[in-house]
Amino acid sequence: MKKVFSRPESLRKKFVFHYCPGCGHSIAHRVIAEIIDELGVRGTTIGVPPAGCAVLAYNYFDVDMIEAMHGRGPAVATGIKRVRPECLVFSYQGDGDLAAIGIAETFHAANRGENFTIIFMNNAVYGMTGGQMAPTTLLDQKSTTSPPGRNAVLDGYPVRISEILAMLPGTAYIERCTVNSPANIVKTKRAIKKAFQYQLDGRGFSLIEILSPCPTNWKMSPIDACRWIDDVMSKQFPIGVIKDEPAKAAGKEGAGHDR
Amino acid sequence: MQGNRIIGEAAIRAGCRFYAGYPITPQNEIPEYMAENLRKVEGGVFIQSESEIAAINMVAGAASAGARAMTSSSGPGISLKQEGISSMAAQELPGVIVNMMRGGPGLGNIRPSQGDYFQATRGGGHGDYRTIVLAPGTCQELADLTMDAFDLADRYRIPVVLLADGMIGQMMEPVVFKEPKPRQYSADYVLKGAGTGKAKTIKGLILDPLDMEEHNWKLDRKYRVIAAKETRCEIFNTDEADIVVVAYGTAARVAKGAIKRLGDHGIKAGLFRPISLWPFPTEELRRLAGTRKEFFVFEMSTGQMLEDVRLALQGYADIAFHGRPGGVVPTPVELANVIVRQYRRDR
Amino acid sequence: MIVKTIFSGFGGQGVLMMGYSFAHGAMSEGYEVTYLPAYGAEVRGGTANCTVAVGDEEIASPIASEPDYLVVLNTPSLYTFQNRIAGGGLLFLNSSIISARPSRQDMEVFAVPASDIAEELGNARAFNTVMMGAFLKRTSLVKPEIYLKSLETVMGSKKKAVVEINRKAFSAGYDFLKA
Repeated sequence: MKKVFSRPESLRKKFVFHYCPGCGHSIAHRVIAEIIDELGVRGTTIGVPPAGCAVLAYNYFDVDMIEAMHGRGPAVATGIKRVRPECLVFSYQGDGDLAAIGIAETFHAANRGENFTIIFMNNAVYGMTGGQMAPTTLLDQKSTTSPPGRNAVLDGYPVRISEILAMLPGTAYIERCTVNSPANIVKTKRAIKKAFQYQLDGRGFSLIEILSPCPTNWKMSPIDACRWIDDVMSKQFPIGVIKDEPAKAAGKEGAGHDR
Repeated sequence: MQGNRIIGEAAIRAGCRFYAGYPITPQNEIPEYMAENLRKVEGGVFIQSESEIAAINMVAGAASAGARAMTSSSGPGISLKQEGISSMAAQELPGVIVNMMRGGPGLGNIRPSQGDYFQATRGGGHGDYRTIVLAPGTCQELADLTMDAFDLADRYRIPVVLLADGMIGQMMEPVVFKEPKPRQYSADYVLKGAGTGKAKTIKGLILDPLDMEEHNWKLDRKYRVIAAKETRCEIFNTDEADIVVVAYGTAARVAKGAIKRLGDHGIKAGLFRPISLWPFPTEELRRLAGTRKEFFVFEMSTGQMLEDVRLALQGYADIAFHGRPGGVVPTPVELANVIVRQYRRDR
Repeated sequence: MIVKTIFSGFGGQGVLMMGYSFAHGAMSEGYEVTYLPAYGAEVRGGTANCTVAVGDEEIASPIASEPDYLVVLNTPSLYTFQNRIAGGGLLFLNSSIISARPSRQDMEVFAVPASDIAEELGNARAFNTVMMGAFLKRTSLVKPEIYLKSLETVMGSKKKAVVEINRKAFSAGYDFLKA
């Protein structure tokens, strides 16, 4: 009988994801693992998980990984990729990690056009610490540190990181996806695969933003959380390709890096 | 050659192939030297990072990928690096961090100082850890200790701090670069992709307290080995000495100048100069206290190493102290006068 | 033997280059040497000074509490350092722009109209090399040929005209003082 479904080789053999029911992390993990399998690069992949819910990603991915301090993933990934340009390097970051405490590292890695990929999990909230307001929390969205809802005057506005980074000449490919439906998961997979392929071809910095449901902290059922992404969240963070201007065939050494 | 540039050259000769740093006086010649010369070397990477925090984390990444990596800064920037140094200590990553100390706290000033002794020798960041701390006193030692720092970092998989100050960084002396030792390290932690084998992870997050405790004890066992094997010091002129001056780095140079003048006052003085600040050469200093009873600690701070001297001598000898914090480098004459006054008062 | 010299003047007068080239020359002569520039936040216009220690034994402190020799290129430097010089020390000053003289009597003062000499040679900027000629004539720490070679090394200039004017300026300063 033909096997039509199995666990990706790039995920470890025996484990149960610790993520909450309905969380987007486990879907994103699986999608990334499938792509690594399909590209045949498990043996040369190095991942950089963040501080946050996904800090234990190395318990799931069966690829080399080094955990970074909160927000420092792009700096660590820069160090790795410059020393091992032949490897597929990705950092995996949440919205607090990337858009708040690690904004400088993210911005400047993008601006240098570092030839690695960031998987940016945007769930509009600090998940691991219990649902505090994130830089991406929507206006009027309730969180434990914006109990009446985010107030622009007191708390500022939700940040559209992908659009900001797309303005930098150093970035090659940026797309916003979501994993709230099978069709969107397929699109997400296509985007990440394209980003990884660009990297392997030495075509520069890529970032895939994934709007990811967090039913626990949004205080919704998993189905309502998926609907909320369609109905509310994607109005603030529109789905689609934001930038696709890969550096021209810079070769595997990185996008024009004078090493 | 100028001190800061010597560090850069010695690092490259020692096989450093990754440098990330951020400008801050008085160490700017290090990144400048690396920008000019490291990129010329096969596989050499220089990055002017967006911050000190990014620089140390880039170093961590490069170290995890197997490169000999270095960053450099001065006081305020070293404070920013502490998060990354703590993480590297936890993850047992090798790396070299240069601190050309300046006056502090806060922004302080850019003059030579020794106010970062506590920060360097007590770990500096959060958690139960140590870093090896080497304190060069001459430009020749800058070259030698920079090379040794990489060897020690590899041998013990530990961040090594080279602790000097703006004066040594700016001054020039002739220097001879020694032949670097071939790199010896166990590369089993290095990330390069799992190949066909098992995936490796480098981590510092250990949620189970008993496991975390064991990790702490494991680090502690390593630190005990280092403390037993890696102390370094210079003992100068102590055989006939009535008084032993204890000083390191730039302060030790001033002290040596003062000691030569003390002879004119009829005082025989010697010098005990710790070269490794952590581990502190406690035993070596204690041995001196077997026959000498008067010790005089001189630092360009309000008295930090003084505590380690007290711990070493444990009341078996008299300890006087003279400090000039804030970026002041006293002259040998001034120090000699202070020691003379102190000595005569005690008589 | 250890002798310490402080060179001082306005930033941009070439004070650090004088000290550096002198230190380099002394190193070529086989001496122990330290060169310590006073560094600051500003690059031009402020005062600059450096200390060079030369000896035939290990130099403990690169700082000069009481310099044996002092070379000053402007008036503020004279006031700053004149009282630090060791008794019996030598003071070299650029008398073209410094009209003041130290009040202390326990040192030997060499007033060298270095700027005027340099101007006569056609390059006013070479006055510092004139001073070096006078300084080395009197102190004999570095032989002229060795010093000029060091100067060319540290300046890194291959331009013949620059090399030529420096040689002329040095000789003029050297010949100005009696041995």
